[in-house]
Amino acid sequence: MADVRLDKVSKSYGAAEVLKDIDLSIADGEFVVFVGPSGCGKSTLLRIIAGLEDLSGGDLLIGGRRVNDASPKERGIAMVFQSYALYPHRTVRGNMEFGLKLSRMSRAEIDARVMRAARMLQIEPLLERRPSQLSGGQRQRVAIGRAIVREPAVFLFDEPLSNLDAALRVDTRREIADLHRQLKTTMIYVTHDQVEAMTLADKIVVLHDGHVQQMGSPLDLYNAPANVFVAGFIGSPRMNLIAAEAGAERIETGVLGSLPLPEGGVPAGPLTLGIRPENLVLGAAGGAEAQVVLIEHLGDEILVELKLADGQQAVAKIAPGLSLTVGETVTVAPGDGPVHLFDAAGRRIAGPAAKS
Amino acid sequence: MTRLPRPTHGLILLLIIALAVASAFPLVWMVLSSFKTPEESMQTPPVWIPGSLNLSAYGAVSEVIQAGRSLWNSAVIATVTTTGILVTSLMAGFAFAKYRFRGRNALFAVMIATMFLPPIVTLIPLYRMVSAMGFSASLVGVILPNLANAFGIFLMRQFIAGVPDDLIDAARVDGASELRVVFSVVAPAIVPAIAALALFAFVYHWNTYLWPLTVLQGASEDYPIVLSLGRLLSYNRGAMNTPLVMAGATMAVLPPLVLFVFLQRFFVDSMVSAAVKG
Ligand SMILES: Nc1ncnc2c1ncn2[C@@H]1O[C@H](COP(=O)(O)OP(=O)(O)OP(=O)(O)O)[C@@H](O)[C@H]1O
Ligand SMILES: [Mg+2]
Repeated sequence: MADVRLDKVSKSYGAAEVLKDIDLSIADGEFVVFVGPSGCGKSTLLRIIAGLEDLSGGDLLIGGRRVNDASPKERGIAMVFQSYALYPHRTVRGNMEFGLKLSRMSRAEIDARVMRAARMLQIEPLLERRPSQLSGGQRQRVAIGRAIVREPAVFLFDEPLSNLDAALRVDTRREIADLHRQLKTTMIYVTHDQVEAMTLADKIVVLHDGHVQQMGSPLDLYNAPANVFVAGFIGSPRMNLIAAEAGAERIETGVLGSLPLPEGGVPAGPLTLGIRPENLVLGAAGGAEAQVVLIEHLGDEILVELKLADGQQAVAKIAPGLSLTVGETVTVAPGDGPVHLFDAAGRRIAGPAAKS
Repeated sequence: MTRLPRPTHGLILLLIIALAVASAFPLVWMVLSSFKTPEESMQTPPVWIPGSLNLSAYGAVSEVIQAGRSLWNSAVIATVTTTGILVTSLMAGFAFAKYRFRGRNALFAVMIATMFLPPIVTLIPLYRMVSAMGFSASLVGVILPNLANAFGIFLMRQFIAGVPDDLIDAARVDGASELRVVFSVVAPAIVPAIAALALFAFVYHWNTYLWPLTVLQGASEDYPIVLSLGRLLSYNRGAMNTPLVMAGATMAVLPPLVLFVFLQRFFVDSMVSAAVKG
């Protein structure tokens, strides 16, 4: 068990600065998820914590100890890789034992730990098989088992579910959540799947451009995104971001009508208005006109892609019932839910403005 | 497995049989001749099958050369050299394949370039180095310069490059040292390549002639079997005793042959598992 702290951690490959002054503190037992678009440095950050990659600057502390120069073994971490990375020539048991044998643990203790982990993951019948004789899901369990037996202070996961099919992914996600509940060990988990992030995390860290864009609980990020990037990244389908102008009295969008200024006011000038798709109402009287571009029936709800008056795209998520056809013109207006405001630099301003 | 159309199938089979016969011919002739009497071996037209299973040539070999000693010397040279090559090739190949360091490509290119030097060019300078170190006329001198080998490093680098980085990182996280990574994780993943290198190296250094001849300087008690065979040839002042030479030659090819039969399992295994994985 250990907390993890990153102090102005940076990483460059040659001239390319991948991570810039990352400050992060992860409490003991916390489940933290790194999300961000491909290439934003999630894996790099995880590998730095694991000790598989040197950091170019800053400090890394695990359990209060500075481990910048410590080998992976000395850090008390275990890692689960996207590709599983099981030793192909060893049995499942051999895979799980490898690290324990290296640390010269007694035979009895090794056997006990392997059995405990195997039982927990229900892979006891597979212990004598080789990785090539396992399904993808089973391999994933073995990879997790190999991490568990080491009883690490921190678990690191790099997109562990992305090679599984959709159904298995949901099951395994739940099992990882269970695992965290049982073990109460610090877990750091990388994904670009925001459903995984929302469901697993105590705390989400959104990475982009080498910076932490925001960190907080899943609901914090959803309800109060710190900037347009987070606003667009968290939530599916993504939040509609619409150019607007703050006037003296109201906020003018041009394409969605106008909204009242939030309490405390907003400096006059251009800003960005964020509205989640579920907060757009179609067909209401007095809305602005928009053209239906695409309709996606998901069964319990409908996603309607719209082309607003000035050509901007927007997506509305509505309940089934309203019959629409592609090409038709509908009225669209903000609903009663929260809207978000971001200044010209993309930073969040004030609380959500309510509809007039 | 893909099935070839019948006529093609037959043709290829025929070709393989022809090649097999052609390459087996001298070997079979050698073994058969070793059982002949000197008179039988001189007959025209040649007789194939010796009249009786005559082992006297094998006995005679040991009267002319120290056959046991020579075989032992060959075994020491080939085994130690092969082991050395495997160890150094795995380690250097791993470094070239998986480490990022300044000058990596230049160093690799220089190393590859040495592969194109004819061995005869380096023979004398190498000998002078070995003798300057005081190892001339000894097995150490024969073995030492061959413990690392550019081709081996090249071959291992190519195969190790195909081993996933994650596998190596997983072992590091499991607490494996770099040496442990190479020998416990990387090596088992490329067993067929290692078996191939082992076979090539063993056969090459079992059969090598010029280098031990140069280093050993007539110290015949350290001669490997191929050098001693030369002494069988010149025995009897030019009147070659064919069964004697053939008996010596048969003794000389047997160990590499046995090694091949033993290592073949790895080649066949790897082909089968590749087929299963699809
Ligand atoms: N060894 C390396 N040399 C140079 N650049 C690298 C190296 N490894 C990673 N990078 C760069 O660092 C950046 C971050 O890579 P990283 O693998 O951490 O991204 P990621 O967030 O995990 O992306 P993904 O979601 O696709 O896995 C990328 O732009 C990548 O090109
Ligand atoms: Mg990644």
